[in-house]
Amino acid sequence: MTTLIPDPADQQISSVPRRSVWRQLLRDPQAIMTGVIIVLLSLFGLLSPLISPHDPNGASLDAINASPGTAGYLLGGDESGRDILSQLFYSLQTSVVSAVIGAGVALAVGVIAGLVGGYFGNAVRSGTEWLFSLILTFPGLITLIVLLPLTHGDYRWTMLVLGVLLSPGTYRIVRNLVLGVKKELYIDAARVSGLSDIRILGRHVLYAVRGPIIVNTAFLMGTAIASQSGLAFLGVGAKDVPSFGLMIHSGFNNIDAAPLQFVWPCVALGVYTGCMVLFGNSLRDAFSGPRPKRQKPAQGLRLAATAAPTSAVVDGERVDEPMLAVEDLGISFPGSTGPREVVKGVSLTVDPGEVVGLVGESGSGKTQTAFAVLGVLAPEARVTRGSVRIEGRELVGLSESELRSLRGRVVSYIPQEPMSNLDPSFTVGAQLTERVRRTLKVSRQEARQTVLDLLARVEIPDPQRVFSSYPHQISGGMAQRVLIAGAVASRPRLLIADEPTTALDVTVQAEILDLLRGLQKEFGMAILLVTHNFGVVADICDRIAVMQGGEIVETGTTREVFHTPKHPYTRGLLDAILDESAPDGDSARTIGAAR
Amino acid sequence: MLLYALRRLGIGVVLAVLVTFITYLLLSTSFRDMVSTLLGPDATPDSVTGRLHDLGYDRPLVVQYGDWLAHAVRGDLGTSLFTSQAVAPAVLSHMVVTMSIVLPGLAIALILSVILGVWAASRSGAPDRIAQGISLVGHVVPALLTAIVLVVVFAVELKIFPATGYVQFGDSPVGWLRSTTLPVVVLVVAGMAAITAQVRGSMIDELGKDYVRTLRTAGLPSWSIVLKHALRNAGSPALTVTSLQFIQLFSHSVIIENVFALPGFGSFAFTSAQSIDVPVIMGVTIVSVVLVTVVNLIADIVNGYLNPKARLH
Repeated sequence: MTTLIPDPADQQISSVPRRSVWRQLLRDPQAIMTGVIIVLLSLFGLLSPLISPHDPNGASLDAINASPGTAGYLLGGDESGRDILSQLFYSLQTSVVSAVIGAGVALAVGVIAGLVGGYFGNAVRSGTEWLFSLILTFPGLITLIVLLPLTHGDYRWTMLVLGVLLSPGTYRIVRNLVLGVKKELYIDAARVSGLSDIRILGRHVLYAVRGPIIVNTAFLMGTAIASQSGLAFLGVGAKDVPSFGLMIHSGFNNIDAAPLQFVWPCVALGVYTGCMVLFGNSLRDAFSGPRPKRQKPAQGLRLAATAAPTSAVVDGERVDEPMLAVEDLGISFPGSTGPREVVKGVSLTVDPGEVVGLVGESGSGKTQTAFAVLGVLAPEARVTRGSVRIEGRELVGLSESELRSLRGRVVSYIPQEPMSNLDPSFTVGAQLTERVRRTLKVSRQEARQTVLDLLARVEIPDPQRVFSSYPHQISGGMAQRVLIAGAVASRPRLLIADEPTTALDVTVQAEILDLLRGLQKEFGMAILLVTHNFGVVADICDRIAVMQGGEIVETGTTREVFHTPKHPYTRGLLDAILDESAPDGDSARTIGAAR
Repeated sequence: MLLYALRRLGIGVVLAVLVTFITYLLLSTSFRDMVSTLLGPDATPDSVTGRLHDLGYDRPLVVQYGDWLAHAVRGDLGTSLFTSQAVAPAVLSHMVVTMSIVLPGLAIALILSVILGVWAASRSGAPDRIAQGISLVGHVVPALLTAIVLVVVFAVELKIFPATGYVQFGDSPVGWLRSTTLPVVVLVVAGMAAITAQVRGSMIDELGKDYVRTLRTAGLPSWSIVLKHALRNAGSPALTVTSLQFIQLFSHSVIIENVFALPGFGSFAFTSAQSIDVPVIMGVTIVSVVLVTVVNLIADIVNGYLNPKARLH
């Protein structure tokens, strides 16, 4: 459990039903505008033989460089006396054909290969991977030019080749989606029910991957049109096939005599391809659901706009203050109906050298409380009320740099999931050394020795090897020891441990708890241990605070709470210890759900 | 690491050979057309066949290709059928012109994208809107149009830069800079679109990960977390996009150098393809393919350095 609030974007990408995509598109002004323009321009292109006032290649002496508005030549004539408007219509037709061929081929090749490569085993996939590495090695437009003897300048053949060259993008999208979908249950269910491979591919997978493919199509069409125009501009292709590229070329060369001529095709090309890209963006938004507004990345502990002034504003340090004092703390997250409080007035204290267990089921707000003490709440979280003080110093309202002076030195953190909490790109030694140098201000040599000593202290058998290993090269238990070593490196006076054993094997769990207990005795640290596991609490804690639904429901010494639990919720949790042998070990959650 | 680099190099070489072989196969359908053009209006079917034989184009294709490849690996790309010029120096001299706009364009686009993407991801608000705006402009406006607008505004109207023409660096460095500035700007705009979006996206992902929170609790300063840890992890996908953008910009440059009348690779390739000058076409192909392969290899090696897991496979 790292956050209480699921990321809304995560859930919706795969689950937006078709109808709501349409509704979303119809509510998006950008989608409507660009969609209408695309349809209109495409219609002009398709109907060009009917609506063009002149033959696009028919030259008339009267119309040479005719200015816009000349009778019969609405946009004027070009350098050889051809009607610019008619050429624009026919260029649109060329563009439509290019878009259909280019995008069509790219989709056909990419989708089929993606389905095959993603659905069948590794052997087939390595074949398709090679094929697309090969296609990616062809040097883009140079290939289209080089193959001119083959295509004889017919833009339709050129677009066909372009389609193949564009297919790797589609292939990757489809392959990745299929690999993801394949893992989902319904494909297994389809297999069990005896559907053939082909039908599974067609019905289930294709349905699941349609969104990204539709979005991709809009971009492919824009690319095909822009490429065709670019090649025509270069002169690749027949001179009698009207194209924006050719028009831009002749208008550009004629810029002194008729400065407006190059503007028309430029505008038409820009609007047509631009609308495709913008429409594609709208489609993507519609398929992925409304995107949450991006928050300014996490900085300090931010108060909600409506927050009441903290109850106890303390200036300077107080002698009689506990190590940690949380008073009436409230934390809210934005929900669909305004901010929702997930921590509702929590108060607890930890004395110097004391070990306090913060116990509760998933979602009870215990991790958010711990994050608030460290000042690392998620960017969208707000402190709505209350106070968090470490050795009398108020944390609520402090900036990131003010909090930084406490972190590592005074208060430190051990996370739940060891692997995801180490930076995968640096060796264990490099990460710990940076940390030690930063907090203890020592030389590189000293820091290195400190880290090696620490690794030995946390009972890592071969410190030298682990020092130079990357996180993916060590086991989860080893990684958790590394994180503990980092947390205690600068002898903090308060350690926040968030489910430090949950992600580990049962045998490793006991060793890690022993290690924590030993370090606590040795350094005299206070520990706030966040857990759902009463077994862990009984093992190590002096006092307990039980949390449920964002509130503390019971506090007391470990002995008191175990012998005479007052709150029914606590009794439920305690009964669950008997079920500790349950496969997931997460008995509190089971109890919480059953209540 | 060395093993990893060698394996990547091996894959690159195999792919390069395959691409040139496929191109040769495709071109082989045009050999007769080529020779008819060569012989001019007097060509008869018999004389075409004879000439094909003289030139060795009637041998089995695999033998012909093997022969070409054997010379190519020694740097001998033959001579043009039409001008009798040696192919290799001609191809390379045009490549230099094209690369003198592509490489600065890509480098500047990469630097600006990283700055803008990191800024956008770590600040949100106005920087984020600027980054997304620039990215959108690059996606929406075709490079051809950017080029033409720049020429019209800065060269034709304001006369700040020369509209067309290429000045050799050796002749006048300032002239070279002036003649390449506008085309480079076009490529920077085109290249930034994809790279900025990628850097921004993967930086946002990285900054939301667990290890970033843990680094914050360790008391590390923000600059170290963003620029050292998150950026290094975001580097891998950004690098992939950058190497794909190289091919993109190479493609765009073919059109753009035409707008600015630079004697680059595109017009050279076009002329040779129009006349079906097979030795030159093959020269153009292999030099481009080697270029693409080298760029991919560099990307792979840098990726292996950035991402320790990539070295495994």
